[in-house]
Amino acid sequence: MKIAISSTGNDLSSQVDPRFGRCQGFIIFDSETSKFEYLPNEAINAAGGAGIKAAQLVVDNGAKVVITGSIGPNAFNVLAGAGIDIYGGVTGTVQSVIDNYKAGKLQKVNQATNGPGAKGNI
Amino acid sequence: MIISIASGKGGTGKTTIATNLAFSLARKGHNLQLLDCDVEEPNAHIFIKPEVEIREPVFFNVPQIDEEKCTYCGECAKICAYNALFVTKGKVMLFPQLCHSCGGCSYFCPQNAISEIGHEIGEIQAGSAYGIEFAYGKLNIGEIVAPPLIKKLKKRIDENKVVIIDAPPGTSCPVIEAVKGSDFCLLVTEPTPFGLNDLKLAVEMLKVLKVPFAILINRWNEEYFEIDSYCKKENIPIIMRIPLERKIAEIYSEGNLFSKELPEWQDKFCKLFNSIEGLRK
Repeated sequence: MKIAISSTGNDLSSQVDPRFGRCQGFIIFDSETSKFEYLPNEAINAAGGAGIKAAQLVVDNGAKVVITGSIGPNAFNVLAGAGIDIYGGVTGTVQSVIDNYKAGKLQKVNQATNGPGAKGNI
Repeated sequence: MIISIASGKGGTGKTTIATNLAFSLARKGHNLQLLDCDVEEPNAHIFIKPEVEIREPVFFNVPQIDEEKCTYCGECAKICAYNALFVTKGKVMLFPQLCHSCGGCSYFCPQNAISEIGHEIGEIQAGSAYGIEFAYGKLNIGEIVAPPLIKKLKKRIDENKVVIIDAPPGTSCPVIEAVKGSDFCLLVTEPTPFGLNDLKLAVEMLKVLKVPFAILINRWNEEYFEIDSYCKKENIPIIMRIPLERKIAEIYSEGNLFSKELPEWQDKFCKLFNSIEGLRK
């Protein structure tokens, strides 16, 4: 199964990028083969709808799980609509995040964590 | 004659100038039209207090996907420059707020599965007061694409009148939509480094739009002269200065026109209009 992690760099020692839509790129990690690839985020400079475009990118690359820092309402809605599990509020290196994910230590999010429409944050 | 009032920076007093200029000219017998094109935050009506006679919803086209024909190939999402579409297996999601109504998705859809339907983005309200024909646009909450509403509002322009356009702040698409086609643009600025910075951006914008312009310094004081030096260097006329006066601020804060309560300003605004006419020639 493929896992997309928003990342500030192109290898497993990179820090998780706290943003989803405007992250530097995604590490797409295959949990079966433990192989990974790096996808630069084409949405980083989008005038609008960056979250939607970034979500399209990870879905098109076959990810079933997204791990990131914070995620906006549009990105959350499309990912949830595409049946993807979203883990938010994550920090640390990509490698440590993958280990925590495998150990079941990450928290799934049920709603957007930032932006207009996110609860408790207007 | 169409005069737009722009600024670069928000909060410089565009609406104050637009409404007081309109009021003063109408008082002196000019046939006047005032359009508040700051559709994200219209507030000229607070000062003009018109009787609203017309309310007209404004629509623009967004894609409608025929799920029977759609194969979820994702072409539409790929060509959308504004990321208004998201496609996954068995599902297309549209974000109408992000759509710029370019029609590209329906043009490039290999299945001809996309048609266009109207999406309401806001409303135009029109009325009159003080002999001013007044109209403003109001973008619905959550909508982010303002130019189509501004375009629709500008359809009301009557070239036989003196038309004053209150533009939105900044130098982005809505401002360009509001200002383009004007015979003259009055740039309102304030004597601060922020005012000067944004004034420079607005000047560059007007040079591209090829609209003649001049400067009005609002809340003028005798402490900051950088705007004067800039205008001198660039050869831009400063055609009015409104001093930082408590009385003017008080009248404004009560939602009233200061040229109505301090009538000596009506002549000053008429002189401003004469300067504009002079500069246009």
